[in-house]
Amino acid sequence: MTAPQVSGPQVSGQMPTYLGMPSFPSAARTAVADSQLRANLTHATHAIRAKRAGAVAELSDWEELRQAAKAIKDHTLAHLDTYLLRLEANVTRAGGHVHWAAGADEANAIVAGLVRGAGADGVVKVKSMATQETGLNEALAADGITALETDLAELIVQLGHDRPSHILVPAIHRNRAEIREIFRTQMPDAPAGLTDDPQALAAAARAHLRQAFLSAQVGVSGANFAIAETGSLVVVESEGNGRMCVTLPRTLISVVGIEKILPSWRDLEVFLALLPRSSTAERMNPYTSTWTGIQPGDGPENFHLVLLDNGRTSALADRTGRQALRCIRCSACLNVCPVYERAGGHAYGSPYPGPIGAIISPQLRGVTSPADASLPFASTLCGACYEVCPVAINIPEALVHLRAKVVDAKREKTISPERAVFSLSGRVLRSPRLLAAAQRAAGLGGRLVARSGRIRRLPPPLSGWTETRDAPAPPPESFRAWWSRTRS
Amino acid sequence: MSATARDQILARIRAANHAAAHPYADPNGPSGPSSPAVGGRADHDADADAAYEALSRRYLRAHHDPAAHDIAALFAERAADYRAVVERVPLPGPAALAAAVAGILAARAAAVPGPLVVPGGLPAEWLAELPSGITLARDEPPLPAAELDRMSGVITGCAVAVAETGTIILDHGPAQGRRALTLVPDFHLVVVRDDQIAADLADAFARLDPARPHTLVSGPSATSDIELIRVEGVHGPRNLHILLTA
Repeated sequence: MTAPQVSGPQVSGQMPTYLGMPSFPSAARTAVADSQLRANLTHATHAIRAKRAGAVAELSDWEELRQAAKAIKDHTLAHLDTYLLRLEANVTRAGGHVHWAAGADEANAIVAGLVRGAGADGVVKVKSMATQETGLNEALAADGITALETDLAELIVQLGHDRPSHILVPAIHRNRAEIREIFRTQMPDAPAGLTDDPQALAAAARAHLRQAFLSAQVGVSGANFAIAETGSLVVVESEGNGRMCVTLPRTLISVVGIEKILPSWRDLEVFLALLPRSSTAERMNPYTSTWTGIQPGDGPENFHLVLLDNGRTSALADRTGRQALRCIRCSACLNVCPVYERAGGHAYGSPYPGPIGAIISPQLRGVTSPADASLPFASTLCGACYEVCPVAINIPEALVHLRAKVVDAKREKTISPERAVFSLSGRVLRSPRLLAAAQRAAGLGGRLVARSGRIRRLPPPLSGWTETRDAPAPPPESFRAWWSRTRS
Repeated sequence: MSATARDQILARIRAANHAAAHPYADPNGPSGPSSPAVGGRADHDADADAAYEALSRRYLRAHHDPAAHDIAALFAERAADYRAVVERVPLPGPAALAAAVAGILAARAAAVPGPLVVPGGLPAEWLAELPSGITLARDEPPLPAAELDRMSGVITGCAVAVAETGTIILDHGPAQGRRALTLVPDFHLVVVRDDQIAADLADAFARLDPARPHTLVSGPSATSDIELIRVEGVHGPRNLHILLTA
């Protein structure tokens, strides 16, 4: 990770790049060839698009809500240290404990220590992007602690030994028939004769997890919002698994990114209008829980908040890139993205897929790996993501900015064919004599490689250019040559 | 607990914000981002609060004006949209409410046998007409979770309701019970008085005390996790019954 202007040692253990993850273009090529995957994604994303548009159109002041949300988030980021300290003081005052983790390894170690301290060897988990990001489940497993995912889609992913492919619906790449098959083979207590009716599948998950909820000693959650003014945490969900995890266990551990903070309680009137409509196209999601420290006689006796940096301060230091920290993880940008719809979430090689992932992952992890360096290019820059974003993140702007960073990072290291070509063309364009010679050569060479007036494939090292695009054949005679031939 | 991680994160935030605010400063110079100005904590708090108050909020406080709309009817319609069963007590007064409660709970008891949980502070008059066949379980002392799982349902009041979104909000005070009570049993009857209905989120949140735990409930438990299509009925109560009363 590179954060040249920011002092302080580099943190260890960032977000895991999925092992052996290829760069986006090659991962996407495999995914696009999977016709079942494409059918599943097209079906799901198209269904939600129309519904989201309807839910948004219902509010005449959507743009004003969006601008207020943007302003609140930008303000919070500009005073992030102040608000974090305020949150810490208020959580502590309400009986909670606050921990700070600079990197993923540190966060995972804190959680593992707390679980052990509670005398438990298992946890029930609410779906949480922060713990996906830190690879908490794998870290706990290495420590002999079992993490049980309780969100239906996360459960499908966990049972299927799979990876999440969507922020809101991690199993979006699976259709109902595939889910039935996973339940039938991987869930020991799946009812006999289980059908692929979504209602029946949901009922199977309810029965499967019931006992785990009722006997859980430790719950692990993230949070959608943390309110500095009051020390309250907010979890937005649908199924009730979140309520189970934050209410029934004796110990609750919440791992929360430092950018999830909001200054005050009243800000929820803005964000709870925007989030459900953007994410599931509902006026309101079925359940939202808020809690402030410990409530004697109601819910957990021990509450721990783990505040996670893990690269967020690097993003904060980037004037253009920092807007990604406004993200409220609604996933509207995934659902409208033509690239996501075709390539699917796995191709992004990160817990954060889609347009927002293409600007978050390279900022949290840096652009040094081929997978991360390819992400800012995984977009047509059509701007649909920006249009639907409820906190007005200008994703195309950030993508272009990050592309420049990737190119800059490459420039420092190696000589690429692309760079050689551009530096050569710079020299040619500066000299009328060289340009005329080049145009003559191009006219000749172009005719050799072109078929029906198009150049479709160039020999290496120029093949990189024609892999994804073609070009018109250069004319046999340049304008300058024509001018001097006919006018002199 | 790591004091160093805390210091490190705060220092990185201050440096990052300083750098973002001074894009043309020499990062290695004496006033560069490595040495942001540090004032007292109180100054920072006052600066942040003043800037926060100045934020522009041009959105509507309510999308339906209570003076021009029947807010209670809007609430009933929106809650029913998400498959809550919504009924209005036909007449004002405690007797009519008690009769309506008795009818709903008797139907539930006939369908799914088992005791009904009653939270502390529930008005006794709500249960005045209950038929003799229904067993009540008080949550005093607190019932274990496994015991709650054997209940056929729960009856509560609420703190606030939101018309625009069809949401009921529990603050788990008197007549509402601790959070597990309205979570584990599979049937929840909630009584909502007209004066508890706020037009929209802004008014609703202003009526709440953030120090309390809250549960916002919009319809029965549901999921969109299979093909992004909403289906009702996962871990929370699969039956949500709302009784509106003057």
